[in-house]
Amino acid sequence: MSAPAATRSLALPGVARAVLARRVGLGLAAAVLLLILPQLVPTGTALAIMNQMGIAVIFALSFNMLLGQGGMLSFGHAVYFGIGGFIAAHVLNMAGRGTLWLPVPLLPLVGGLGGLAFAVLFGSFSTRRAGTVFSMISLGVAELMAASSLIFDRFFGGEEGITTNRSKAPLLLGLEFTRDRQVYYLIAFWLFVAALAMYAFSRTPVGRMANAVRDNPERAEFVGYSQHRVRFVSFCAAGFFAGIAGGLFAINYEILTAENMGLNASGGVLLMAYIGGIGYFVGPIIGAVIFTFLQSMLSDYTGMWLLYLGILFLITVLFVPMGLAGILMLHAPAWRSRRIGRLVVPYLITGALGLVAVIGAIGLLELLHFVAVSEGAGATKRLFWTTIAPRTLMPWLGFAALAVLGALGVRWTAPRAAAAFAEVTK
Amino acid sequence: MFQLILFSILNGLVYGMLLFMLSSGLTLIFGMMGVLNFAHASFYMLGAYIAFTLGLRLGFWPALVIAPIVVGLLGAVIERQGLRRVHRFGHIAELIFTFGVAIVIEEIVQLVWGRPAKSYQVPAALDFPLFRAFGSSFPAYKAFMLVISIAIFAFIFVILTRTRAGLIIQASLTHPQMVAMLGHNVPRVFMVVFGIGSALAGVAGVIAGPVLGTFPGMAQVLGSIVFVVVVIGGLGSLTGAFVASLLIGIVQTFAVAMDVSVGGMLTAVGVPASAGGALHDLWKVTIAQVAPILPYVLLVLTLILRPTGLFGTRET
Repeated sequence: MSAPAATRSLALPGVARAVLARRVGLGLAAAVLLLILPQLVPTGTALAIMNQMGIAVIFALSFNMLLGQGGMLSFGHAVYFGIGGFIAAHVLNMAGRGTLWLPVPLLPLVGGLGGLAFAVLFGSFSTRRAGTVFSMISLGVAELMAASSLIFDRFFGGEEGITTNRSKAPLLLGLEFTRDRQVYYLIAFWLFVAALAMYAFSRTPVGRMANAVRDNPERAEFVGYSQHRVRFVSFCAAGFFAGIAGGLFAINYEILTAENMGLNASGGVLLMAYIGGIGYFVGPIIGAVIFTFLQSMLSDYTGMWLLYLGILFLITVLFVPMGLAGILMLHAPAWRSRRIGRLVVPYLITGALGLVAVIGAIGLLELLHFVAVSEGAGATKRLFWTTIAPRTLMPWLGFAALAVLGALGVRWTAPRAAAAFAEVTK
Repeated sequence: MFQLILFSILNGLVYGMLLFMLSSGLTLIFGMMGVLNFAHASFYMLGAYIAFTLGLRLGFWPALVIAPIVVGLLGAVIERQGLRRVHRFGHIAELIFTFGVAIVIEEIVQLVWGRPAKSYQVPAALDFPLFRAFGSSFPAYKAFMLVISIAIFAFIFVILTRTRAGLIIQASLTHPQMVAMLGHNVPRVFMVVFGIGSALAGVAGVIAGPVLGTFPGMAQVLGSIVFVVVVIGGLGSLTGAFVASLLIGIVQTFAVAMDVSVGGMLTAVGVPASAGGALHDLWKVTIAQVAPILPYVLLVLTLILRPTGLFGTRET
């Protein structure tokens, strides 16, 4: 271990410079992508979805500061998102009335500070413990806030929630936020800044210590760090960024209800981060983008979108705990050795068969749902761009055949794909 | 006043014993496997729904027996095929897994039974007032719930303390390795306990469905409360779960029955309460409104001040 130290110290500046250059390049590429995205997909729906994605990405990244980097599983992270949003909405209303001067672009910061304040309050006692106790306290706090929202009508606005209007606030540099596209650039700006800040946080000593405390709190204590303090700092930072996301939510939708900070919202962010992969910084970004995309796409076609996302989540937990980002990272060596091309054919075959199985399974579930619930809604249903009659035997047999054949096919081809992967990464 | 106290205590007992039926299984599962099962209340919901469907064809009594068995088998399968697989990734992964199971079960219930509440009725044989006192009547069905839950409590107690199987379970709680050395299949013991715990939750669902309502959100409504109960009672402690169930049940029933506001109380004590300003909402708050918050305040206080809970012997 001691011998290579000399060579390492010589090699380090060059390596560090290369790594730094790559990171700056990645950051620039991300910035450019954010700027040109509205030109690539210029429809109104796409813009609305991208706004939603941007907010979700910040939220999921802030969640992963807890779960991925700090080892704290929170069931109440939406509390800080929601509080930030509510405070931002109230401040925006005040700015609209002229009670105080605050332009819209700075509003997410207000939300962030609101999230931070409550994170300091709740974090002071909940971060004393890690593991299951932390999870339980976060759940308790989430339920506490959900129940309080029914009591404090003035702040949370009861059932209707708090509405606000972003066009009434004073302007900064003449920037207006009347159209979705303008809001997109605001979200993109804050997304870039927040993601950069969260990445930077993960590289600071306290961010590193968060990893250490996650992996071995006792040793971290022996090195001289208070595990409570380290977790507390991560928790506050996560609350701050969740609040920023909440503030952006208030600007984008101009309405907040208690649901935004409820248990379902907290569960949603857990799904996003986990499906994306909590072990990698990009994991929650991938997860939030996919989750939001599926959510908005699926909810147009089926009322059961959460079932599909839940099943996807369970499959991730059971079979791919490293998440989608982890799968991608597994292929990094093959990519670097330029042998990734050999994987395309086996992956395509397995993927196509898997898709067949998935279509079969979805078809069966949709048929079951139709027959079980929507009794009086006619005899036919549109599914996968065709009209079918769920009360006849044929569609059931067809989808069952697709599901079984697809699954059998995957069982047959998956080992070949795995073998190809092993061959390529060897 | 006397009427309020009597009925609050009776209703609190019924609710508390119902909570115990759920919390006993949850706390046993936690004690053995260290897994806080987020999906526990989902089994309760499944019990109610399955019993509702079976009840339409077979009537209430067969459903009371069959539904919990189905739910218990399902629980055992989930333990065997899912939980055991994620076990090696640690407790957080297990917690995340059961959270996912809870989501999927709730969605499946909506897929099969739809979103609107089901009109799961009290069986006709028990649909009469048991007695009348001070102008109010006490339904026989609630007495039946009380009897069933006490019978189950006695059943668990006898099984755990007086039978060989109970001894093995108790030993697996504290010394799983030693029990395995003695030739017992500890993973199978876990699976059986998980199944029985789920079946108990199913029983609770069958008997509570007609009273508390059978709707897709019923798991979430009760689930969090059951968590509170096992934490306050001390994770892994059956006695603790029993005491905490009754405590929460009675406290909540009493709080709901009291229609006194904070401002009113302060005025009664002699503090003049202003009705305006930012605290306006706070003065209007009645004890009944605070009732849903109380358990969570107790939960957070317990976790901060006494992480072992009332009767727990170890920290989580």
